[in-house]
This record gives sequence, structure tokens and C-alpha cells, in this order.
Amino acid sequence: MRLAYRLTMGTVLYAAIVAAVGSAVPGSWSAEEQQQVASLRLATLESLPPDPSNRVSGDARAVSLGHKLFFDKRLSLDGTVSCATCHDPAREFQDGTPLAKGAGTTNRRTMPIASTAYSQWQFWDGRKDSQWAQALGPLESPVEHGGTRTQYAHVIATHYRVEYEQLFGELPDLREAPASAGPVSDARLRSAWSRLAPRAQDEVTQVYVNVGKSIAAYERLLTYGPSRFDVFADSLALTGRAPAGILSKDEMAGLRLFIGKAECVNCHNGPLFTDQHFHNTGVPAVAGLPDDRGRAQGAKDVRGDEFNCLSRWSDAKPEQCSELEFMVDEGAELERAFKTPSLRNVRERAPYMHAGQYADLETVLDHYNRAPVAPAGTSELRRLRLSARERRQLVAFLGALSAPLATSAHLLEAPR
Amino acid sequence: MRSKGMLRKGRVVATLLIATFTMGACGMMMHHLAHGRVPVPAESEFGLNARPTMNGLYSVAVVSAAPLVKGRLQTVRLEIADQQGAPVSGAAITVDGGMPQHGHGLPTKPRARAASDAGQYVVDGVKFNMGGWWELKFAVSTAAGSDSVTFNIRL
Repeated sequence: MRLAYRLTMGTVLYAAIVAAVGSAVPGSWSAEEQQQVASLRLATLESLPPDPSNRVSGDARAVSLGHKLFFDKRLSLDGTVSCATCHDPAREFQDGTPLAKGAGTTNRRTMPIASTAYSQWQFWDGRKDSQWAQALGPLESPVEHGGTRTQYAHVIATHYRVEYEQLFGELPDLREAPASAGPVSDARLRSAWSRLAPRAQDEVTQVYVNVGKSIAAYERLLTYGPSRFDVFADSLALTGRAPAGILSKDEMAGLRLFIGKAECVNCHNGPLFTDQHFHNTGVPAVAGLPDDRGRAQGAKDVRGDEFNCLSRWSDAKPEQCSELEFMVDEGAELERAFKTPSLRNVRERAPYMHAGQYADLETVLDHYNRAPVAPAGTSELRRLRLSARERRQLVAFLGALSAPLATSAHLLEAPR
Repeated sequence: MRSKGMLRKGRVVATLLIATFTMGACGMMMHHLAHGRVPVPAESEFGLNARPTMNGLYSVAVVSAAPLVKGRLQTVRLEIADQQGAPVSGAAITVDGGMPQHGHGLPTKPRARAASDAGQYVVDGVKFNMGGWWELKFAVSTAAGSDSVTFNIRL
């Protein structure tokens, strides 16, 4: 009720602002520019697509359980790491550091979570094809949560039995399951897992999968809200004129560059400012990190992932796994190609690129302007010849994409 | 003397300027070429209507129930006829394409299969992830021979 009221009031207020600014000064935006700007409006985003691979997606009980699990540090090697450790709700569900730090240090930058329910592929390399399969990756990674699936099944049995059983039915008998075992890199834990009977392994894995599906039910509700850019663009779409007083001169100039000369909109398109695809943009390699092939490896990984859409743990019918079915999984252009991130709230989450290579947006714009040769594969970029002023205007525009998430406030903090 | 000297100096500067400009322009061109900045075809070359294949063996039309859009998997139909206009059945079809100006292919691997009607085929898994000029190419192969056709699409 409270959420519905807040959303209704929010919509009314928002509509009032758009109407109020609609009759302002004339702007000189060509029909083509107006069409481009309109295509970026959050209002044109379709409603959350269903996730047929997760049958508890959309179940309020799963949201509640997933919310608790997201913040629960018991789901880690030594009780120090939860999902929220790196995906900090106070920081756009990311950690503000180049490489994520959990039980150890990863080789990539933490990605934000908002509106990833719209993504067909998760992670920088798209090695997972659903939010729930994504959530299960870090949990068993030795440098992230560092725990195992039997450990997590015991946590569920001890602390969440009632909630879990209401959603998923009776928990299996875990008396034979070791305190910690799983198909992880640690030889001892892997060996303990291999000694477990296949049926017992399946029972534990089912609990593990349901942990992921509950967390995904929660994450699904984290979505971007309308920004100053949207107020501007909605008004432009409504009246055909650029409203005054919403975007500064520099921000408007930046928007024009974004959809024009700077060609940002090629990849950062649609209401989420991402084509949800993978591109080699010649981002430099980081000294000391292993070679990162990006999508070239990620496509192979998702094809073979034990939790993909076609797996027995997925609730989808095979014909509902079209993205996997028609996926491009080989070819030179996958080499060192990384996911196009959304640019909504981008100013709030430095550093940038897949390993946090750039400390600020100015450096990012400098990269796109220079279009350096890729360390491997071929960069899709070409030099833009933007002036320093134009780069500043683009950075200014990106700041206009910031807005609070359109998510109920109680979901943006640890559950009480 | 002084004015001659200045003139000579001016010439040197002008030559240097022209050389720099020419080199810069060449550099730009090289850069564009390296990224396949091929010219966009004439407006008459765009569309899904029936087109002859490159060597004239077949005529192919793309039929889409709804306008093609960015960002989602779509299914289209192909209508294939021979030189006499008779429907061509049993053809093996492969799908390719991409954005010539960006140097990348399609984001998915669409597949064609025969529909129940003669000369009709269904292509599943068609997707475009960017706005702009796209090519959608079909290679058609039957006992009569192999040929291919390219459709230009603007999104």
C-alpha cells in the first residue's frame, strides 16, 4: 500500500513538473535529434520482462527472503562478506574501487545491479544468462564470498527454514552433508563434495539454486528512476520544444554531442543507455592481471554453465531460452569485448571500465576521443576529435542522468 | 633583401602547413578506412521488398509482421522464387549481416527453416543492437545453384 501510494504520488508530481516546464522557451532540436532524445526516455522502457527461468521471480515472499540473504554475511567463508559488501546500496550497489574485494581481490570491477533484470547477459563478459545464475557465481568464488553450497544449505536450514519451506517445500536432510563442500577450486572442499552421493549433491544444489533465485527476486526490484534528463526529454517529446531550466547549456550541448558527433548513442542506446551487448573499445589491459578475453571467454562459459537457461535447474522451457540458442559464441569480434554498461547514475560510480582503469569520467571521455589501439582483438572506436570543451559538455550531460532508484526505500537498506 | 627573405620564410611555412594538413587528412582517411567507413547505399537500395540475388538465380523478399526494431529477438519470413517466379522449396539458407560502418556482424546467429508453404522460410533469432545502417544477408542454395542477397535496413 505504502509503496503504491509513494509511486502514485511520485508519478503525479513528476507529471506536474513535466507539464509545468513544457511551455518554456523554444529550442532548436531537429526532428532527428528529437527522435534520438525520445528513444532514451526512461518512460519508453517496457515493464520488467518476465524471467521464466525463475519461478519465484515476482513472489513477494522470495523478495523478502532474497533481501535478507543479500545482506547476510553468514553466506561467506568467514562471516565477513555479503552481496552488499561489494554491491553497497549506499553507493549505487557497487564499491567504488577498481577491483572488487571480498575474501580476496577479483580481476574485475564490481557492476551495479539496478535494472539488470533487463539484461540478457550478466557480468562484464556475459558468462551468466539470468540474475539468479549470476548471484551464484560470487558465492562460490574463492576471492568473493569464498564459501560452498553445502555451507549455504546449512545456513538456510539453521536460519531460514520456515521462509524457505513456505516457498520451495521441505528442505532435504542435510545431516550427511559436510559443513563445507562444493565444486570449488579448493581441492579439499572439492574432494569432500565428490564423496557426497549424486542424489545428496543434487539436493544441496537445489537449495543453492533457490538461494540464487530468491536473491534475484529481490534484485529484480532494483530499477533506475527518472532523472533530470528524463524531465527534459519527456517535455521535449510532449511539446517539441526544449524546456528551459532543466538542463544547463553545457548539459544540453553534451546531449547533442552524445547523440551526434561523439557517437555515444551507438552503443549506449535505448532508455537504459545500453545495447546490452559486448564491444571491444580498446580499454587498456591492467599490468599484473591475467589476460582478459572478455566475451570470447564469457560466451563459452555461459554455454557450459551448469545454471544456464537450458540447465535442469532452470524453470524455463527450452523454447524460452532463445537468447542462448541464437547467441554468437565465436568470432574475432568477441575478443576482449565487454558489456556496455548502463549510463544511468554513471557519475555516482567511479572508477570506470571493466577493471576500473579510469578514475573519472574526464579520463573516460579522453579514451573515447583518442580511440587507442586495443591490447588484443580490434577496437571498434575511431578518433572523435572532440575539443576539451566538448568533452566537458559530455561529462556535464552524464551528470544529468543521476537519480534515486525507483525502488521502495526499505529495500535499499539492510532488512530490520 | 629583407622582403625576399620574409617571402622565402613565408613559403617555407606555407609548404610546411600544407604538408602537415595533407598528412593529417591522409591520417584521417586511413583511420576511416581502417574502420570500414564505407558509404551508405542509395535510398532506393533500402527496404525488405523482393530483390534479385547477386547472380540473378533467385528473387528473395523479407516479410516482417511488425516493423523491425532494436534490442529484441525477432522472427521474419523469407519468400524465395526462381527466375520464372515459381516458389523455391528445399533451399538451404544461411544468414549473415552486420553494420559495415562499424565493422561488426549481427549480435546473434539467426537460423532459417522451411515453412509449410512452398517457397516460404522462417528466420528466427534476428536481432539488432544499434541504430543505423544494417545489412541482412541470405545465402540461398539449391540444386539449381548458390546465390546470395543483401538487404539494407535502417533502424
